[in-house]
Parts: sequence; structure tokens; C-alpha cells
Amino acid sequence: MQGLKKMRMPLIFLLVALLFPLFTDNQYYIYVVTLAFIYAIAVYGMNLVGGYTGQLSLAHAGFFAIGAYALGLLTVDANVPYWLAFFLALVITTVIGTLVGLIALRTKEHFFAIYTLCVGYIIYLIIYEWDALTGGVRGLIGIESPAAIGPITFDTGISNYYLILVFLVLTVIFMKFLTESIVGRTYVAIRNSEELAQTIGINTMKQKLISFVISTFLAGLAGALYASFVRFIGPDISYTMMTFDFLMYAIVGGFGTLFGPVVGTLLIVILTQSLQFMEDFRMIIFGPLLVLLVIFYPRGIVGGYQMWKMKRAYKKKQRSVDQGSTYEGGD
Amino acid sequence: MLKLSDVSVRYGMYEALSDISLTVEKGELVVLLGANGAGKSTIFRTISGLNKPVKGTVEFNGESIGGRSASKLVKKGIGHCPEGRKLFPAMSVYENLRMGTYAVRGDKKETARMLEHVYELFPILSEKAKENAGSLSGGQQQMLAIGRALMSRPKVVLFDEPSIGLAPLITEQVFNVIREINKEGTTVLLAEQNANAALRIADRGYVIENGRIVVSGTQDELMQNDEVRKAYIGA
Repeated sequence: MQGLKKMRMPLIFLLVALLFPLFTDNQYYIYVVTLAFIYAIAVYGMNLVGGYTGQLSLAHAGFFAIGAYALGLLTVDANVPYWLAFFLALVITTVIGTLVGLIALRTKEHFFAIYTLCVGYIIYLIIYEWDALTGGVRGLIGIESPAAIGPITFDTGISNYYLILVFLVLTVIFMKFLTESIVGRTYVAIRNSEELAQTIGINTMKQKLISFVISTFLAGLAGALYASFVRFIGPDISYTMMTFDFLMYAIVGGFGTLFGPVVGTLLIVILTQSLQFMEDFRMIIFGPLLVLLVIFYPRGIVGGYQMWKMKRAYKKKQRSVDQGSTYEGGD
Repeated sequence: MLKLSDVSVRYGMYEALSDISLTVEKGELVVLLGANGAGKSTIFRTISGLNKPVKGTVEFNGESIGGRSASKLVKKGIGHCPEGRKLFPAMSVYENLRMGTYAVRGDKKETARMLEHVYELFPILSEKAKENAGSLSGGQQQMLAIGRALMSRPKVVLFDEPSIGLAPLITEQVFNVIREINKEGTTVLLAEQNANAALRIADRGYVIENGRIVVSGTQDELMQNDEVRKAYIGA
């Protein structure tokens, strides 16, 4: 019962997400929310390595793009069956992630951020310049929709919506178990102080690498879903701007919180879409909003909500203690 | 049990330790005395694997461990309670203790028993189990740091200045617990500036100045030594 009460908000959220397509006929709304779900999966990866483990990886869009291009190239050029290509795309991203992580994690703090930023940019350049393989600036066109699983087909917007929602829910459940396990706690310990983590017996290099690899896996997963959902990919999905978009979603929602990525991504993506008419001027609204948020809610919306709940519980406790002991204080 | 022979450690060009040789036998409580910057913490960091010696050997139970990674050494049974009661402030008291079991997390039963034991040593930690470690007072934080070091069931524990910044009464309490831990069979190496209190519970001691051992001896010898008295006990 206690657990159910604690999960009340996320369950309401899930219910709304499940019913949402039934209440709107507007394909465009469904499209935007689906896209937000895909981004949220990628943001979960960034949240794990950046928010929990404290290693700010700025190559995230690069891995997102590797997942997307791997799926695109395998299905379009190599004619590999969809779900096999999907699986291979995840393997490819994870393997590249491991190799990059092995080298990148030898650097620390800002050097790690700068190093990964460069890695991300190199991935962008490779995709942009390697015309023969990736189609360069023209991109890849005609990627197929996810293949049918038994009787379930994914050729409509709504069916894709549910497919991606399933992946998102699985990601959240996985993250919940991971971050609450002792392994997940070691990530927080490393963020706190790497040296202290070592003195209590954590092999910090190994744990940082695992966390980094999981993050690239999630980026690859999101990328693969993106490729088959949008069905067209260009080099811009690997660009640095994309990484910073992910970072913004994570910070707005709450870096290092379980539900931050979903909240932040949905909010910003929907806000961006509804301010579309302002074109690039919408940054005039976004900028100050972001600054205010970082000042007043450094742990994002979810972090702020948690603080508010804790304060309320504390006040309640104080009140009951006051009443329980004496009435001397009056009122 | 623990043996350093001619160990030197450098930070860049600066030689922080020069030819340190010391031994700690099983079951002993040995104290390292020295002022700020003498090299006490560096000795500890070298034993626990955070610093690599440029020269000399570190042996633990007859096995050379100089240059091994810190995480492996915790598994071997070297516990480190770092200076300045370093905790994970955003985690609860219980979670901090749980993190201490990371190296030996396979054995759930022993872990539960050890948790019980730490709560016995420090009842206040049991009361505050769910509170954030950052909200504890200085003395309570030190107790938590000691408790966390014990959670990995070490054979030898290094306590780095546990009395720093604590009220005299709390210091006494902390030292009593350290003595108790030692009596239960855990070997203890204690770094202190508070020579008076530390020598009272120690079997033997070393005095360190500028990265060298200048005096060593048993508890009585050090208590009687004029230089030690002048420099550290103030009598």
C-alpha cells in the first residue's frame, strides 16, 4: 500500500499517457508527444551518467545518431530484417560507447566534458563528411517503420506511439531498479567524491564505465526508435545542439532524479512546439526561464517538488511533535 | 600484519614521505603522531592504495600491496576512515552504512550482523538511520564515518584524525569506541594530533615530522619522552 501511494503520481502519468491518443484525433499532437518520449529515453541515458554518476558526457547526440544511422543503414542499404537491425544497432552503439568510454573516462570533470564534446563533434563530422556511407548532408531517406510483431503492426502513428511508450516505461522501470540498487548508489557515491568512493572499496573506473555504457545504450535505443519513427535522418541529429537540448531537458526536469527526464522533455518539447510561431525568438522566452529555474530550483522541477514534499512532511512532523508534548506555546 | 619498509611518496617533485618504515602487529592499536602536514594522511593514503609509493614496499599479511588499487585493498581487509568525516551527505545514515558494505556485499547475513553491531556501538545512528547524513552534528558524522569503515569488516582500520574539530567529551567517546573496536580483535592504526588522548589508548606509537619518523616507542616510552611531551602533550 505504502509503495502504491508513493508511485501514485507516476501511475497517474502513465494512465494519462495510455489514454491520450483516445482523446485527440490530431495526428500532429501524437507525433510531438511520441518524439518527446523518444528524446526522454535518450535523456535517461544522459541523466544516468551525468546526473547520477556526475560525469557530464557531451557526446550523447553522437551516440543517438550512431543508433539511428546503424538502424537506417542496416535496413535501407543492407536489407537486414527490422528487429535484427534494431538489435544490431543497439550492439553497435554499445560497443562504440565502450571503446569511447575506456579512453574518455581516463579524464576527469571538465576535461571529461570537453573530451566528450570533441568526440560528439567528431561523430558529427564523420556522418556529415562520409558521403558514401551516410549520404552526408542529404541524409538517409525511406527507413522502414518497425516490422510487425505477430499480429501487431506499427504502420500508424498511434501504434508507434504505444510501441515507444512501452520502451519508455521499460527504461523508467530499469532506471528505478538500477538507481535504487547498491550499484546505483555507488554512482551517487562517485558523484559525491570519487576518492571517498575508492576508500570504501568501489572500483570507480569500472562503475563509471558501466554507467557510461548504459547511457550510450539508451542513446542508441532512442536513436534507433527515432530513425524508424521519423523515417528520415540527417547529420543534424548528431550535432552539438542536440546534446545541449538533451541537457536542457534533463536540467529542467531534474538532473539526477528518476522522473526528471520525462517531465523535462515533455514540458520543453511541447513548449517549443507551441511557441513555434515565434521561430528563433522563442529563445528570448526560454533563456530567462531557464536562468530562473536554475537559480530557484537547481534540481529541476522534480527535485523542487521533492524538496517541497519533504518540507511539508517535516512541518507536519513538527506540528504533531508540538501538539504531542505541551501546549505551553499557546495557539 | 602491516609493514612499510623504506616507503617514499612524492606529490610531483615534493617528497611527502621519506623512507618510512613501520610495522603494525595483529591486534595492536598503533598511533601516528604529528602536526599538520607531517605526512600522517599520506601514509594512510599509501596504505589504502590512493597514493603509489615511488620507493619501498608495503606489505599486508606478508603480501606486497604497494600500488594496488584501493578497491581491491578494501576487499582484502583494509578499512579507511578518512580525515574530516567525509560522508555522502545527500544519502541517509543507513545508506551511508550500506555503502560501506559494498566491497563485501555478497554476504547478506554478515552484513546484517555488522549493521546491528554498529548500531550497538553508536545507538544514535540507529535513531537517525533515515535522516540525511549532512544533517548530523560533527560528532555524529564522525561516528557514522567510523561505522561505515567497520561495515566492510576490515582486519585493520586506519582512522585519520577522528578527533579533529570535536568537543573533548565527544572525542573521549570516539576514542573509547576505537579502543573497543580494537579489543574485539580489529587491528587499528590511528593518526592523531591529540597525543594525550591517543596515547592513552595506544599500545605503541610513531612520531612523524616532515615526512620522516623521528621517534618511535611503546605507549610508556612516548609518554615519558621529553620531546614528545613538549611538542604534543604540552607538559
